[in-house]
Amino acid sequence: MSHPEETDHAAPIMTAHRAGLIGCRSCGRVWPESEIDCQRCGATLVAPDRRSLNAVWAWLLAGFIFYIPANMFPMLRTTTLGGIAGKTESTILGGVLELLHYGNWFVGGVVFFASIIVPIGKFIAIAWLARVAGRPATAHDAHWRLGLYEVVEFIGRWSMIDVFVVAILSALVQLGFVASIHPGPAAVCFALSVAFTMLSAQSFDPRLIWRGLPLRSRKD
Amino acid sequence: MQTEGTYDLTTGAGLVACPRCDALHVEHDLEPGETARCIRCNAVLASPRAGAFTRIIALSVTSLVLMVGAVFFPFLEISRMGFGNETSLFGVAMAFSHGALMPLTVALMATIIGLPVLRAILLVYTLLPLSRRRSPFSHAVGAFRLSETLRPWSMAEIFVIGTALALVKVGGLATISLGPAFWAFCGLIVVNGASNVFTSATTIWDAIEDGGASTDGRELSRNAAP
Ligand SMILES: [Zn+2]
Repeated sequence: MSHPEETDHAAPIMTAHRAGLIGCRSCGRVWPESEIDCQRCGATLVAPDRRSLNAVWAWLLAGFIFYIPANMFPMLRTTTLGGIAGKTESTILGGVLELLHYGNWFVGGVVFFASIIVPIGKFIAIAWLARVAGRPATAHDAHWRLGLYEVVEFIGRWSMIDVFVVAILSALVQLGFVASIHPGPAAVCFALSVAFTMLSAQSFDPRLIWRGLPLRSRKD
Repeated sequence: MQTEGTYDLTTGAGLVACPRCDALHVEHDLEPGETARCIRCNAVLASPRAGAFTRIIALSVTSLVLMVGAVFFPFLEISRMGFGNETSLFGVAMAFSHGALMPLTVALMATIIGLPVLRAILLVYTLLPLSRRRSPFSHAVGAFRLSETLRPWSMAEIFVIGTALALVKVGGLATISLGPAFWAFCGLIVVNGASNVFTSATTIWDAIEDGGASTDGRELSRNAAP
């Protein structure tokens, strides 16, 4: 595929928006701006507009709100030797510290990364992308922002890993008197937080990153 | 009617817009194995592969067979001090079936089992007639769009990594043996990964639009003849 006026990389980049057209984000087809739905794939056509950021902010806020109880309530309830040897409740951070305390650096590190670093990094990254979206930027900035968005989009669902670990442990470690593990309410809050943040990232329109760029493309 | 390489800037016919940066491109036929990338942001626009539809169908059917094994065979077994417990995939999802955690059970079942199965069925439904150069079944458009929407919510591969982590976590405390369902699940991940390599959404949309013909043109565009 080639660009309409393409001769070399210094040629001006024509976008669907500048041409008064609207591109389908689901299948790539281009339609006149008056069209409402894509006639090929049925997706609703949305122009790259800052108004779409409202949905991003709303989902992001929901994800952040649920992330707070996810860290305050217990994720796991462990009972050993019928409660004689102890009955522990651990939060996300508590569970990580416990793993590190017992020298389980690998699992502790993965859970710390997936449940604390990634969610917080994602909140900051999406909030920043939504704030600067549609503001003038250089081509270099835009490439960097798109890269950041792709990382957020890719890594978001992997935060769900801790919920799966809790589910597997709860199903598996049911040894009656010896030991049993039950999930805590934080598991639901955390799963919802991850889901809402995924929806927030999906609502972000990466085409906004490129709005306001100078007409000349200077590709590196 | 549009011919190869021509475009119309008033109707958008013959053009492709990059979903990542909105840059316009003229639509061309691609040879199998070629990859079209956006000239501005380098996003993949289309990457047709030879025999892709037939392979995706075969891989989807394989994944359905593996899923049956993954659901009905034992998944993991744990034992310590004479106490033992065996769990299946349903058992894992049912871990949250107490009281307020019930909704999470439904969500887990969906992300681990339901959505991978549904996506495999939708892909077979969409591609079966296309692979034989026939016109697509009715609602193929909706079926394929649903399949693409559900893609990020199908989390089988995350579940397998989560299982591995859980095993490392309790490995020191008890003896754990992996059941056939665990290996079926690992196979499922490989099959789904291979299927994703062959999937080029743009190519499938073109095929649906053209009614299974191998051309890339806009002859059947409902918009071309107002
Ligand atoms: Zn479309």
